[in-house]
Amino acid sequence: MSEEQIKNLEAQFEARIARDEKIEAKDWMPEKYRQTHIRQMSQHAHSEIVGMLPEGNWITRAPSLRRKVALLAKVQDEAGHGLYLYSACETLGISRDELYDQLHSGKAKYSSIFNYPTVTWADMGAIGWLVDGAAIINQVPLCNTSYGPYARAMVRVCKEESFHQRQGYEIMIKLANGTPEQKEMAQDALNRWWWPSLMMLGPTDAESIHTEQSMKWKLKRKSNDELRQQFIDQTVPQADLIGLTIPDPDLKWNEEKGSYDFGEINWDEFWQVVKGHGPCNKERMNARVGAWERGEWVRDAAMAYAEKQQQKKEKQVV
Amino acid sequence: MATKNWPLWEVFVRSKNGLEHRHFGSLHAADAEMALENARDVYTRRNEGVSIWVVESKHITASNPEHNGELFEPAQDKVYRHPTFYDLPDEVKHM
Repeated sequence: MSEEQIKNLEAQFEARIARDEKIEAKDWMPEKYRQTHIRQMSQHAHSEIVGMLPEGNWITRAPSLRRKVALLAKVQDEAGHGLYLYSACETLGISRDELYDQLHSGKAKYSSIFNYPTVTWADMGAIGWLVDGAAIINQVPLCNTSYGPYARAMVRVCKEESFHQRQGYEIMIKLANGTPEQKEMAQDALNRWWWPSLMMLGPTDAESIHTEQSMKWKLKRKSNDELRQQFIDQTVPQADLIGLTIPDPDLKWNEEKGSYDFGEINWDEFWQVVKGHGPCNKERMNARVGAWERGEWVRDAAMAYAEKQQQKKEKQVV
Repeated sequence: MATKNWPLWEVFVRSKNGLEHRHFGSLHAADAEMALENARDVYTRRNEGVSIWVVESKHITASNPEHNGELFEPAQDKVYRHPTFYDLPDEVKHM
């Protein structure tokens, strides 16, 4: 194809998206669109998969059967969400194996939030309430994104996600209304998860390199700073309601703009964790890669069995 | 043994009797039986279905969007295939 033709196709393509048409897997798309989507969708899938690890830590130690079934169901959903997203990503012509390889080799990123440790039961509450809360704010706009398979996967993810946040908040309510030690545990979890949750919504608009193009392709409908403000405004009253304190001395309601002012985010910490120097980066990757490698013989055995069954069937036909 | 990747399967789910099976997504599995079991866990954790079909993705033949013109445009100018093409006297209320 000549450069002229490609330019023409690109213009038509952008016009389709501007008209709110969806792009499907076999449609022509600019190479950059394909690559950007592979990057974002696979990062998203990896985050779901690695996101199971911090919570998996507490399944065996959940304080009651009610909490245990809920946590199990939540972690199972995360596996499911990872799988929806991987298969949507594969429609862009990359194989599952390549995607795993990118995660395991460290080439692909996953959400930094999962590199923080889960040291008490209250962390299950804080993760559901804050981390899933921030994730929902990020994800809801993606239900209308331009790439059909991604949008459809996100519709399913968002439908399932709201129970995650509620079960987390319920854990926090219970602890906040419990003994002084339990309340302290809830407050401690909020103290540790608050700032990383704000960072989860991404670098400030001034620092964000992908925003403009992503807006055009409807991979993003609001900027990181807008999403962060939305998250803060909706979460602060929820903390007030259960008597917990947001760990930000600069947090203050701003009557004029109708939203909260908040303190400086420690972006050095964010970039440190992104670059692999968070408290649990190594542990998470070891757990993930270890599980994959230890499962290899199972995958091979299942394939060998399937082939044998197939041969048997073919023989019977003859 | 050289690792062979599990093939890709497409999953179709009937959400309730009376409705058709609809494409839900895809997954990897070693064989059809495993694909069914995985589809149940991945796509029907909240009573989304009463019946599942799985088919290996390589068995699906898809039309190419580049040929959409010759495939689908011929239907566009055949307005006479629609009931509104035909004139009826106002007196005829239902037909």
